Amino acid sequence: MNRVRLFRICVWGAVVLLAGFLLVSTMLPEPQAPAEASTGTARVGGPFSLTSHEGERIDNQSLTGRPYLVFFGFTHCPEICPTTLFELTDLMSELGADAEKFEALFVTVDPERDTQALLASYMTSFDSRITALRGSSEETETTLRAFSAYAAKVPLEDGQYTMDHTTGVYLVRGDGSFGGTLDMHEPRDIRLQKLRRLAGS
Amino acid sequence: MSYSNKVAIALSLASITILSSSAASAHDFSAGDIRIGHPWSRAAPAAAPVMGAYLTLTNAGPEADTLVGGSTPLAERIEIHQMSIEDGVARMRPLPDGLEVAPGSSVALAPGGIHLMFIKPARPFAEGDRIEATLEFARAGSVRVEFVVQRNAEGKPDTATDHGGHTP
Ligand SMILES: [Cu+2]
Repeated sequence: MNRVRLFRICVWGAVVLLAGFLLVSTMLPEPQAPAEASTGTARVGGPFSLTSHEGERIDNQSLTGRPYLVFFGFTHCPEICPTTLFELTDLMSELGADAEKFEALFVTVDPERDTQALLASYMTSFDSRITALRGSSEETETTLRAFSAYAAKVPLEDGQYTMDHTTGVYLVRGDGSFGGTLDMHEPRDIRLQKLRRLAGS
Repeated sequence: MSYSNKVAIALSLASITILSSSAASAHDFSAGDIRIGHPWSRAAPAAAPVMGAYLTLTNAGPEADTLVGGSTPLAERIEIHQMSIEDGVARMRPLPDGLEVAPGSSVALAPGGIHLMFIKPARPFAEGDRIEATLEFARAGSVRVEFVVQRNAEGKPDTATDHGGHTP
């Protein structure tokens, strides 16, 4: 009886320990590389090819040696996309000539509605150094994959649709390595610092 | 009450009215038990096909009411949406049954959450514009409101204004 009881205590003890270990290990954040460190993989910045709102072909080859930031959005977006563009406009105006040392790219995830003409008009509201890019649905898919980003068309009841999409601003250094992301909720000084570092990369 | 007292009261009421209307950043509307606090919309990029708008609803009555929709001569229609960001992915969905406000409670429509969406604005909304609209409630009925156009939630201009590209 004592042995059975001891055995039970041991088994339950082991179960509790294991459960605790599993709980803690799932709750701990994944070990993450610091924002400034390169991932050393091709997960961000793989091959892509798109057309600018001014009709110019831009691909990862043409960006070789040049730092850039890139983010995904669409014009039927009431909040995040225009806010990101207005905030980048503000930051780039503060950076002045330093902002000429990198490219700022806004890739539409909704090429169906975001025609080149609409994008050309939309972009007049922002810093003229920001370029909008669009491609066929295949080219758009390839670009999303190049940055491990996500976008999906979501049909609505009235025959309209909306887009779910990744919101981060990716920074890619001059040597093509991933330079972390820009978070529009972090202090303005930090964002300026990150962009200055990008400009010098 | 003497005549001079009446004049004094009238004058002080008038000055209060002037003071409150000069506080441009705060404007309220009400209908029945529903109060609509500071409706505002964002300054929109050129040719923007949609624009978000925000306000606070307060229900002082004993029964729930529901914001079911709205309209404005300055856009094709107004929809009620909810947005969220999860794992870095932004999602936006319509609220087809409208937005219920429980008795004695407040609901804020604010960036990052529930918003009204102006679909196909007739022209870009520029900072300082006032957009007339009518909101529809299940109980309180139609309420005329004015959305003030701001650059951001704080209503503060930022240094990006120079690049705003608002054509006159
Ligand atoms: Cu919306």
